Amino acid sequence: MKHTIQALVENKFGVLARISSLFSARGYNIDSLAVGETYDPTVSCMTIVVNAGDEKILEQIKKQLNKLIDVITVIDLTKREYIGRELMLVKINLAKESNHLWASVKPKIRGNILIEDKNKIVIELVGDTHFLKEQIVLLKPLGIVELVRTGKIAIAV
Amino acid sequence: MKGSQILIESLIRENVEYIFGYPGGSVLPAFDALYEAPLKFILTRHEQAAAHAADGYARSTGKVGVCIATSGPGATNLITGIATAYMDSVPIVAITGQVKTSLIGNDAFQEADVTGITRPITKYNYLVKDIEDLARTIKEAFYLASTGRPGPVVVDLPVDVQIQDTDFVYPEEVNIRSYRPTYYGHPGQIKKAAKFISKAKRPVIIAGGGVIISGAEHKLKEFAERINTPVTTTFLGLGSFPADNPLFLGMPGMHGTVYANTAITESDLLISVGCRFDDRVTGKLEAFAPSAKIIHIDIDPTSISKNIKVDIPIVGDAKNILAQLIETVKTFPDTKAWLKEIGRRKEKYPLGYSRSARAKIKPQYVIEQIYELTKGEAVISTEVGQNQMWAAQFYKFNYPRRFISSGGLGTMGYGFPAAIGAAVGNPDKIVFDIAGDGSIQMNIQELATVLTYNIPVKVAILNNGYLGMVRQWQELFYKRRYSGTPLNNPDFVKVARGFGVKGIRVEKEKDVRPALKTAIKYKGPVVLDFLIEEEENVFPMVPAGEAINHMIGGMA
Repeated sequence: MKHTIQALVENKFGVLARISSLFSARGYNIDSLAVGETYDPTVSCMTIVVNAGDEKILEQIKKQLNKLIDVITVIDLTKREYIGRELMLVKINLAKESNHLWASVKPKIRGNILIEDKNKIVIELVGDTHFLKEQIVLLKPLGIVELVRTGKIAIAV
Repeated sequence: MKGSQILIESLIRENVEYIFGYPGGSVLPAFDALYEAPLKFILTRHEQAAAHAADGYARSTGKVGVCIATSGPGATNLITGIATAYMDSVPIVAITGQVKTSLIGNDAFQEADVTGITRPITKYNYLVKDIEDLARTIKEAFYLASTGRPGPVVVDLPVDVQIQDTDFVYPEEVNIRSYRPTYYGHPGQIKKAAKFISKAKRPVIIAGGGVIISGAEHKLKEFAERINTPVTTTFLGLGSFPADNPLFLGMPGMHGTVYANTAITESDLLISVGCRFDDRVTGKLEAFAPSAKIIHIDIDPTSISKNIKVDIPIVGDAKNILAQLIETVKTFPDTKAWLKEIGRRKEKYPLGYSRSARAKIKPQYVIEQIYELTKGEAVISTEVGQNQMWAAQFYKFNYPRRFISSGGLGTMGYGFPAAIGAAVGNPDKIVFDIAGDGSIQMNIQELATVLTYNIPVKVAILNNGYLGMVRQWQELFYKRRYSGTPLNNPDFVKVARGFGVKGIRVEKEKDVRPALKTAIKYKGPVVLDFLIEEEENVFPMVPAGEAINHMIGGMA
């Protein structure tokens, strides 16, 4: 099962390495990890989506994170109400014969079209995991040549 | 003040008495500052030995051990020692030189990414890039190493930082907002635990190394005697409860006693204090204490419910929590019948071995004689393997910090350098390294160290011509195919003498005691080469992955 865990950490050199080496040393799987400075510049927030086999492993992940000296707090968002968002960029090389297909898909795209010319489209999409999945389904027939995403960030409500 | 002087001055502020280490290019300024410092420096002959010596010093004194090495190979040679200390929660501070900051990452001569390499085997580590951070870093390093669940801390110090100048201000206190160990047990959990304890019929206390680290041995004795409950101590917990106390069950697990393992298996309440339920203790998890409720006291929350599911977790310091429990438990369990049954098993299945006049020396006999002749007052370090298990079984540890052995990592070559650390930290005590003929060769170069400083370590080699524990497994589980285990040994007496150290060979049982007496009386290091029974095994034994009450030997 997927869990979204948020760790507030000291914003300093080497912390990301400590977190990632903890996961690899103990054999935990990271689905995604997003790091950025918070409102307090001395603190970074890491949003980690993990695929924990069971409750016991999840508990261990949380405790092991907490044990790291540079980790200030660990919050398991899965058990709370939260808003999770991810930014995704999609590039499409548009073939001539796909032009009319694009015309029909375009109104259903809930994102910013950053580039749109004869043969190339770049779209910026923001949303939760489910939303992004739906948008990918729409875009797929057009021929996606590149897709990058930031990993989930989240905020408790 | 120069960085190197700040380093040394900070160590003095931390009451460091001894530094074990080895010089090199990237620590030259630090060694220069050490030259006139009021600190005693012990030059080992290999950096690994410096780390183990710092560890042995720490385990035997309760203080933080310090070692120092140069960058690159000097630092990587410390790794085994640091990993050993990490597994057994030993507070050491390892200072490593690093190439100058402008060269870091350039594959410079003798450069290694020491903070990267040591990250998973340290409690914390630092790369000091700015002289202004140095004093605070040393302060924090000692604080982190010695508080909470202790562990090794590495301070990687580039050579240019060692020669920079700044004002020396040693911080009064440490403030790390993200590090706040819990020291007292949650009152609600204590109350719950007390209820379980009052109702128990077959309780067992399992005490681990955490009791010794916490200095909780007196509280443990008071608690156990008050609730009249038998105590088994794990390998690292040996000495946390007096071995001559009638409530003592010996060690549990793979080479534990029959009565400890059966007591755990039948227990209805297991009270674990400072023990992390290592697989060598639990054996097959599903069959471990199957009918027991488990109270788990540990300062490290990650230890709780990691291996076994726990009913009442109590996070905190062992000494405080035992005091809280002593205060809270008002109704004591009736354990008379339980203790009687255990007493019966103790009589029926004692730890033992067979002796005959014609046979070669039995290793267990040697250890019993060391126990008797030192009146149980010695500090005993061991190597790893059969020598280690026999020492754990046949030396009776009545006091904490007397048994110095690599439990978690199982590091061969640990015992001798650790004994060096223990000996300099305990000048009033006799220090023995109980060694195997395999392990001793992993750090035998330290004979030069004990000679140089006249460190009176007595090395008792139980010489059976094999890597004995591996050979035992091959005998039992690999049809006696002794692959890679027979040893073609040097003449250890001649080796010792070559270093200038006294060497004694003992081939007959009747010569064991006289040789030991000579060694103990002798005011200097001694190597005793005991030629023992080649294929003697450590029993009882629980095969790896079996239930702990399924033992080979010991129940015949």
